[in-house]
Amino acid sequence: MSTQTSDLQATATAIETPPQRQLTYVKAFNEGVAQMMRTDPDVFLVGEDVAGYGGVFHMFDGLKNEFGARRVVDTPISEAAIIGLGVGAAARGLRPICDLMFMDFLGVCMDQVVNQAAKMKYMYGGTVSVPLTITTAGGAGVGASAQHSQSLEAWLAHVPGLKVAMPSDAYDAKGLIVAAIRDDNPTIVVLNKLLLGAKSHVPEELYAIPFGQAKIVRPGRDVTVVAIGRMVTEARAAAELLAAEGIEVEVVDPRTVQPLDTATIVESARRTNRVLVVHEAVTFGGIGAEIAAQIQDEAFDYLDAPVLRVGAPFSPVPFSPVLEKAYVPDAQRILAGCRRLLERG
Amino acid sequence: MSLTQDGLQFTADRDLLIDLHRRMVRIRLFEEAAGRLMESGAMPGFLHLYVGQEAVAAGVMSTLRDSDQITSTHRGHGHAVAKGANFRQMFAELYGKSTGYCHGRGGSMHINDLEIGMLGANGIVGGGIPIAVGAAFASVYRQDGGVAAAFFGDGGSNIGSFHEAANMAAVLNLPVLLVCENNGYAEFTAQADHMKIKDVADRAAGYGIPGVIVDGMDAVAVHQTTLAAVERARAGEGPTLIEAKTYRFYDHQGVKGLRIPYRSQDEVDIWKARDPITMLERRAIDEGLMQQAECTAMWETTHAEVADAIAFAEASPEPDAADLLQDVYTS
Repeated sequence: MSTQTSDLQATATAIETPPQRQLTYVKAFNEGVAQMMRTDPDVFLVGEDVAGYGGVFHMFDGLKNEFGARRVVDTPISEAAIIGLGVGAAARGLRPICDLMFMDFLGVCMDQVVNQAAKMKYMYGGTVSVPLTITTAGGAGVGASAQHSQSLEAWLAHVPGLKVAMPSDAYDAKGLIVAAIRDDNPTIVVLNKLLLGAKSHVPEELYAIPFGQAKIVRPGRDVTVVAIGRMVTEARAAAELLAAEGIEVEVVDPRTVQPLDTATIVESARRTNRVLVVHEAVTFGGIGAEIAAQIQDEAFDYLDAPVLRVGAPFSPVPFSPVLEKAYVPDAQRILAGCRRLLERG
Repeated sequence: MSLTQDGLQFTADRDLLIDLHRRMVRIRLFEEAAGRLMESGAMPGFLHLYVGQEAVAAGVMSTLRDSDQITSTHRGHGHAVAKGANFRQMFAELYGKSTGYCHGRGGSMHINDLEIGMLGANGIVGGGIPIAVGAAFASVYRQDGGVAAAFFGDGGSNIGSFHEAANMAAVLNLPVLLVCENNGYAEFTAQADHMKIKDVADRAAGYGIPGVIVDGMDAVAVHQTTLAAVERARAGEGPTLIEAKTYRFYDHQGVKGLRIPYRSQDEVDIWKARDPITMLERRAIDEGLMQQAECTAMWETTHAEVADAIAFAEASPEPDAADLLQDVYTS
């Protein structure tokens, strides 16, 4: 059979039984935003270069053309005013999406996020809701160095009033941004820069992934790895390697770190009796510390080993590719963490 | 002078003067009672009193509709009262009671009521300015003809959020009033020690918007200046920075404050001689537009309303600790 015939046959098969649609993470996210803008005229987008340029990672490509300058608005480089604009418009019932490009830029608008958006509902006695969505990108591994690579989700998860989503694949990128836009609270959706081109099955229809519902990405009986954001990919790779040795790793993706689905994590811990928590953020004071503490509160008697953590060392993200590789947690470090757990008891 | 505008009709000077007088007297008596109650220990927390600056809130608010939104400051009682907030819920909130505007969750610095366009006082200097820009954005988005006013002080005009918000409002051409109440002090630091310019209004030039200066002790002047800015904003001509030169009769915090001699008694006396309420009453009576008896009646009825609100607040139930976690999130 010639190559040409084979190709034709493959095409014919595809038409008869379409394979599951594969989309990249960034396109899935874009589709979620576009579908919400089509559905709800109160949804609009503001940020630096979101209109003309389509967003720094092209996550907003095409939106200006479809929805026009009224709903897709380029702004000055003024993060405090961008988020503040969103807070004010959200308090008046609109559903703004404010883009923050890089998660590191939280540093220049933290008052609006933490003191304004997060607290309005409570400090104003429940009379005001702030259905604001902040989109941003975190994570290292792209040579962006100390001020464009951080994973600061623990800052946000620590503040009552905020919700924080960390999509780990294309399916979740769409489902979580849709849920975020629909949510009546300030939410932050943290994309991961290294995942932007990662493909997975993404249904065409509009769907939302509820916040606070973890996903068991891979079932297993021997060790639970709770992995955040891109670390889900690394955890799955580590699980594959260990599976070859007959060790079955359960990978749990919390999907949102605020709210945190403690129940699913604890249930897994009670079955496997060993837990490793993995995130890209520095280990000290990271969300992993909270997860470990909650597991010990609720599953202490089931544990055969202390809950271990794998995260970044306590330093800024370095630039040199060699140093950055040494800095960012990967499958090998997760695998080593699993071995340490298995050596116990 | 004949002043007519949408929402509020001032067909004659007299109507305007009565309106401004009422707003100012209400602020003055609310604040003096609040200060006394806090310093006597009857009320918890601490207060930033608005006494002395009444002409600014009254003058600005007299140009706005209920649906126009304002964002306020840590010194926000005056803005709330002038925007139409009711004394009972305000005092109850200052007492931390469940019947307060924020059900005891917010206190003095977080009075809000969207129904009357009070988008919130704010404990963070400058924090409300970008939020007013957002409220104005919402008005343009919905084409509801609304404007938004952001209040801040001379001190607040030094913080980044002011500059970002002013530029954003300008470049997006939003219906925003940037109202600087220049009372000469950033807490305890004199203006000359915290900025190199004399007029905050000069900063407008940096954003390509008009900057106007008005006597912040003259409620009529504030009204007229603001009215022009509101008309401009409603006509789609963008934001205006209004600098009202005014003065804080009491301290940064409370009535007696910290008793730190950061300003001279002479200076305080000079400004107190220009008490905005006394000036307005004198003018109204001299011009034959109001009677002394009317002025007195306003003070008396407001005194009674304050007393009623304090009694209401004191008799109101405390919040239930079981509800502590309520309203952290919208469910």
